[in-house]
Amino acid sequence: MGDQVLADTPFPPSVEDFYLPSIAFGSWVTKFSLLVWLAVAFVIIFFLVAYRNPKLVPTKGQWLAESAYGFIRDGVAKEVIGSDGLRFAPYLTSLFLFIFMANIFGVIPLAQISPMAHIAYPIVLALSTYVLYLYLGIKKHGLGGYLKDRLFPPGAPWPLYVLLTPIEFTQYFITQPLTLAVRLFANMFAGHLILLVFTLGGFVLLTPIEFTQYFITQPLTLAVRLFANMFAGHLILLVFTLGGFVLLGSGNIALAAAGFISFGMAIVMTLFEAIVAILQAYVFVVLTASYIQVSLSDEH
Amino acid sequence: MNVLAEVSGNISSIGYGLAAIGPGIGVGIVFAAYIQATARQPESASLTRTYLFLGFALSEALALFGLVLAFVFRSST
Repeated sequence: MGDQVLADTPFPPSVEDFYLPSIAFGSWVTKFSLLVWLAVAFVIIFFLVAYRNPKLVPTKGQWLAESAYGFIRDGVAKEVIGSDGLRFAPYLTSLFLFIFMANIFGVIPLAQISPMAHIAYPIVLALSTYVLYLYLGIKKHGLGGYLKDRLFPPGAPWPLYVLLTPIEFTQYFITQPLTLAVRLFANMFAGHLILLVFTLGGFVLLTPIEFTQYFITQPLTLAVRLFANMFAGHLILLVFTLGGFVLLGSGNIALAAAGFISFGMAIVMTLFEAIVAILQAYVFVVLTASYIQVSLSDEH
Repeated sequence: MNVLAEVSGNISSIGYGLAAIGPGIGVGIVFAAYIQATARQPESASLTRTYLFLGFALSEALALFGLVLAFVFRSST
């Protein structure tokens, strides 16, 4: 019986754990698309509701929306791009809030996976930044002027251009958008994988013990397998298992202790993931602003 | 032959470990420099914070490439 439970626990976690079954309409609606729509709806509704009836003395919701907007406008748009950056503040703010919402799904119970853990979503976001800064640069300097500014930075002696131009080219046109997408993706992917390692690892370590197996892991794996088809909320295991912490049975005490430590680590990593979620949203927006600034600047 | 210990799995994770060394040092330097700058001139904290995140994000990118490639080049087992 213990072997059966062990076989049902997908350990070690792998890339396949990120391909969740679709919910409805063939492969059109998956958990990821659902979460993305939720994040979009949240950003739209949040700002609509907050500004539906603006007051001079702001209400709580209005205050929240204003401080989020003010944080990005003053801290990112003005600070990085300069006074010219004010017109990008609305875009940057909605970008920040959308990425933040999508990321924070990685630690919210029942969701527990960020849509950004699939590279398709970060690629689209990075592409929009890429098109935006190319467009702004070409619009301001003209195609020739923009390319000349980027590929032949003024002030360098001409033989250096043999070295400099290929480096500048790869940086502006290849690695910048690539790292933008990969950074967001890899952070969310690795975060989810770490949570899987510690939760599933806790299960694997607890299963060989008769007592914990019958009272914790067996019913949970059953519930989780039923549940996973719909939600695949891996960390929900953690929430249930917390109640089982008191139930330390006989058997291999060292293994059980390691299992519980593993669950404890999962909690710590969840908190860490929450920090990563907000940090990565901020980094994405700061980098977008800085790329826009470079495109708009007169000199290198 | 009597096998006493065996390591199974894929060497790509070792590659990721190697790829994480440089960015680890780099991120450490970035934050150390920020702390030092803030300690010497506290009013510059908000001015340099943007560069802190820029430098941190740029050096971190290399480690993330390593992480992604570790999964790209893993064997099918």
